[in-house]
Amino acid sequence: MTTFLTNVFAGLALGSTYALVALGFVVIYKSTGVINFAQGGLLALGAYLGYTFSNNLVIAFGFAILLACVAAAIVGASVERMVLRRMVGQPPFAVIMITIGLLFVLEPLITAIWGFDNLPVRNPWNIQTVQIGQLVLGVRDLWTIGITAAVVIGFFLFFRYSRMGLAMRATAFDPEAALAQGISARRVYATSWAIAAALAALAGITLAAGPGGLQPSISSIALAAFPAMILGGLDSPAGAVLGGVIIGLAEALTRGYQDQLFSWAGDNVSVIVPYVLMILILLIRPYGLLGTKDVRRI
Amino acid sequence: MRPHRNLVRSYAQDLRLFGSPMAKVGLVVMLATLLVLPTVVQDDFWLSVLIYSGITAIGAVGLNLLTGYTGQISLGHAFFIGAGAYAAAVFGGDLGLPLPLWLLAAAAVGALLGGLIGPFALRLRGHYLAIVTLGLIFIGEHIWRNLRDVTGGNNGTSVGAQATLGPVDLGALKLAGETYSRNQGYFWLVWGLVAIVALLAKNLVRTRPGRALRAVRDHDQAAEVIGVRAGRYKIGAFMVSSAIAAVAGALFGSYQQHVSPDDWTLLLSIQYIAIIIVGGLGTVFGSILGAIFVGALPALIDEYSSAIPGVATEAGGDGFISVFALNQAIFGLLIVLFLVFEPRGLAGIWFRVKAYFKAWPFSY
Repeated sequence: MTTFLTNVFAGLALGSTYALVALGFVVIYKSTGVINFAQGGLLALGAYLGYTFSNNLVIAFGFAILLACVAAAIVGASVERMVLRRMVGQPPFAVIMITIGLLFVLEPLITAIWGFDNLPVRNPWNIQTVQIGQLVLGVRDLWTIGITAAVVIGFFLFFRYSRMGLAMRATAFDPEAALAQGISARRVYATSWAIAAALAALAGITLAAGPGGLQPSISSIALAAFPAMILGGLDSPAGAVLGGVIIGLAEALTRGYQDQLFSWAGDNVSVIVPYVLMILILLIRPYGLLGTKDVRRI
Repeated sequence: MRPHRNLVRSYAQDLRLFGSPMAKVGLVVMLATLLVLPTVVQDDFWLSVLIYSGITAIGAVGLNLLTGYTGQISLGHAFFIGAGAYAAAVFGGDLGLPLPLWLLAAAAVGALLGGLIGPFALRLRGHYLAIVTLGLIFIGEHIWRNLRDVTGGNNGTSVGAQATLGPVDLGALKLAGETYSRNQGYFWLVWGLVAIVALLAKNLVRTRPGRALRAVRDHDQAAEVIGVRAGRYKIGAFMVSSAIAAVAGALFGSYQQHVSPDDWTLLLSIQYIAIIIVGGLGTVFGSILGAIFVGALPALIDEYSSAIPGVATEAGGDGFISVFALNQAIFGLLIVLFLVFEPRGLAGIWFRVKAYFKAWPFSY
C-alpha cells in the first residue's frame, strides 16, 4: 500500500508538470488555433533563466521563479509578434512546422549559452522530505503540486472573471465577432503566448529543482505533455489538467511496477505509456475526454 | 500552320510526362550526368554525400506523396525508414536474399506498417494526426531498443544486405575490364532507384489516384461528395509513402552496414519535413531538389566543422555549438525561413524562373 501511495504521489507531481505544460498548449490552441511545438524550448529557456537568476545573480528562489516566468512570457510574446503573426491564416501544417522550426532553433541556442552539463539549481527544497505515517514525500513534489493547483485555480478565475479572460474566450469562440466588439486580437494572441510561456517556465523550474537537475533534455518533457493535451481534448483547459494528471499517474505507476508487471514489455516502458494511452483514448474518443467535436462544413 | 509547342490543346496533352521538347532534353542530360558523374568524381567523401542525398531523396518523395499531395501530416516517417533498414537486415542479411528481393521485402514491410497506421488517419486530422505520429516515433524507438533479436537493442545491428544482382555485385563492380569502387556502385544503384521511384510517383500523381489524393488534401469531405473514397486513398497514401520510406531505409542500412535505434529519432523525421518544405510541397521534383540541398548539409557541416568558427568538433572542444546542435538549428531555421518567405520552396523558385524565361521578353 505504501508503495502504491508513493507511486501515486510521484504521479501527481509529474502530472502537475504535464498539466502546466498542457494548459499552455491549450491556451495557445484555443485563441490562435496553433499547436505550439516550441513549448519545450520555452520550458527549457524558463528553467535555465531560473538557474541564472537563482545561482548566478543569487536572487531568492521564489523571486527567481517569478522573474523567469516574466522573462519567458516576454520571449513568448515576442516570438508570437515576430514569427507567428506572419502565419495567421496559413494552413495548420505550415504553422505546426514553424513552431517545430522554432523549437529546433531554441534548443541549440540554449546549449550554446548554458552548455550541455547537468546544472544544479540552487533552491530551498533540495532533497528534503516530509514523513507522514510510513509515507515519505519529497518537499519539491509537494511544492510542485501546490503551486500547480494554485496556478490552475488562478488561471480559471482569470479566464472566467477578468476582462482579458473574457476577451480570450470571445476570440476563441469567434475571432471576427470578437474583433467587431472591439477586442484586439493582437493583444489576445500575444497574451496567450505570454501565459503559455510563463506556465512552461514554471513547469521547467520546478522540474529543474528536482533530483534530475537541469540539462538540455529537459525540453523533451513537453513532448510527453502532448498526450496529456490530446487526452483531455485540444480545446479544453480543464481537460488539459485532467489529462496531465492521468498521464502522470499512469507513467509513475508503470515505472513503480515495472519489474512486477511490465517486464515483458522491455525496459523503461513508462516512457511510452503516455503515447500508448493517448492512442487508446483517441480510438474511443477522437476528440479527447473533454474536447468538443469540431463541426465541419463543405 | 503548326501551333506553338507550349500551347496545350487537350487534357491528355496537359498530363504528358514531358510537357515540352526541352524537358526530354533535360531528362537525357540528367541521366547522362548520373551515369558519368561517379567516374568523374571518384572522391569517396563526395560520392558518399551524394549517395546519402539520393537515399534521402527516395524517402522524401515518399513523404511528399503523403504530406504534400494528400495533406496528412506525419512526424513518424523515421519509424518507417527504421523498419525498412531492419527489414533489409533480416531479409538481405540473415536470409541472404538478392538485392531486388530484399528491397521488395522492405517495401512490403513498410506498406504493411503503413496500412496499420493508416486507419488512425481516418479518425484523426491535422493536429491530432501530427501528435499521434509523433507518438509513433517514441513507441517505435522503444520497440527498436527492446526487440533485441531483430534490432540488436541499443547497440544496433549490422546489416548484411548485399547489393548483388545475379552475378553482378554493385559493391565491387567489374565492367569491361574496369573495376569500380563500392561507392561508385552504390551511387548508380541509389540514383537509379531515385529515378525509378520519382517516375512511379510522378505517374501516380498525374493520373486518377493523384487527382483523388489532391482532392482529399484540399477537403476530404468535399472529395467524398464528388465520389472520391477519401478513406481508401488516405490509407493507400500511408501505405505507398511508408513503403517508399522503407526502401530508403533498406538502402541506408545496406550502404551503412550498421544501424542503431539512434538513427531513427524525431530529428530524422524533422529533417525529411525540412526537405519537402525547402524543396516544395506537392512536387516530386522538389523533393529531390530539397534532398540534395538539405540531405547533403549534415555531411558537409561534419566535414568542414573545423573551418566554421565557433563550432566544437568534438565533445568538450572549443566553440560554443556542437555539430549536432548546429545541424538542428539549421534545419529549424530553414523550415521557418522557407515557410515565411518562400512557402512553395525551391521548386516554386524554379517554376518562377522558368515561367519568366518561357515568356521572355514579354514576362510581366
